[in-house]
Amino acid sequence: MQAAPDDLFKALSDPTRRALFERLVREGERTVRALTDEAGVSQPMVSKHLGVLKGAGLVRDRAEGRCVHYRADPKALKPLVHWMTHYAAFWADRFDRLENLLDRMDQ
Amino acid sequence: MTATATAANTATANADAATGTIVIEREMSHPPQKVWRALTQGPLMEEWLMANDFEPVVGHRFTFRMPAMQGWNGVTDCEVLVVEPPERLAYTWNSSGEEAATGLKTVVTWTLTPTDKGVLVRMEQSGFRPDQAKNLHGAKYGWQRFVENMERVVARLD
Repeated sequence: MQAAPDDLFKALSDPTRRALFERLVREGERTVRALTDEAGVSQPMVSKHLGVLKGAGLVRDRAEGRCVHYRADPKALKPLVHWMTHYAAFWADRFDRLENLLDRMDQ
Repeated sequence: MTATATAANTATANADAATGTIVIEREMSHPPQKVWRALTQGPLMEEWLMANDFEPVVGHRFTFRMPAMQGWNGVTDCEVLVVEPPERLAYTWNSSGEEAATGLKTVVTWTLTPTDKGVLVRMEQSGFRPDQAKNLHGAKYGWQRFVENMERVVARLD
């Protein structure tokens, strides 16, 4: 499922959700309980935040017995990659201009 | 997720969304001191980068400016973080005005490494985050148009 970019940005505009997502990117799959231990908010709040992240396509969940495991889905970051690619193109262009200027400058 | 693009010349541009970092490197056949001048003297910076009031002094606040366009006021707010001639230069690169609170908050770091041929010029822009992109849809198209205009100007110089 491809979420709309607005959902993606909205989901990551909350610092707690961003921290949860970044942790899942860094550490791989984690249970809700493990995430709650470091999130600084209650387990129901963590579950709620994870639900928003899931709705934006940023995380996927997997039930195992009574535990729900969450992992990040980096493919959801595609709009960010697209945006950064424009910036990279800007700098590549500036490098061309810098080299062009250096060719014209005295030592 | 990464996207790598090789530009017209030999520069390699790499955008890594997982770390929020863009890296561009290119070896140039010029002495490091000369490249340093182009990176740190305001009038020279304007020729290849943007109009500015840069000073090579740590803590100096300045702006890069280009004509405003739809969705972007054309201003980038900066503060000098590192000045180590002729090796390392760093400044913040942030959205300005109404976009400042929710927009771009990045750091641009230049590193010059002497080589047999001249100098390896490395630019790293770090701190990109998905939530910053929210307000920059307009800017995205602005950049695109800007780069196209730039190509026409550069073509005339040759």
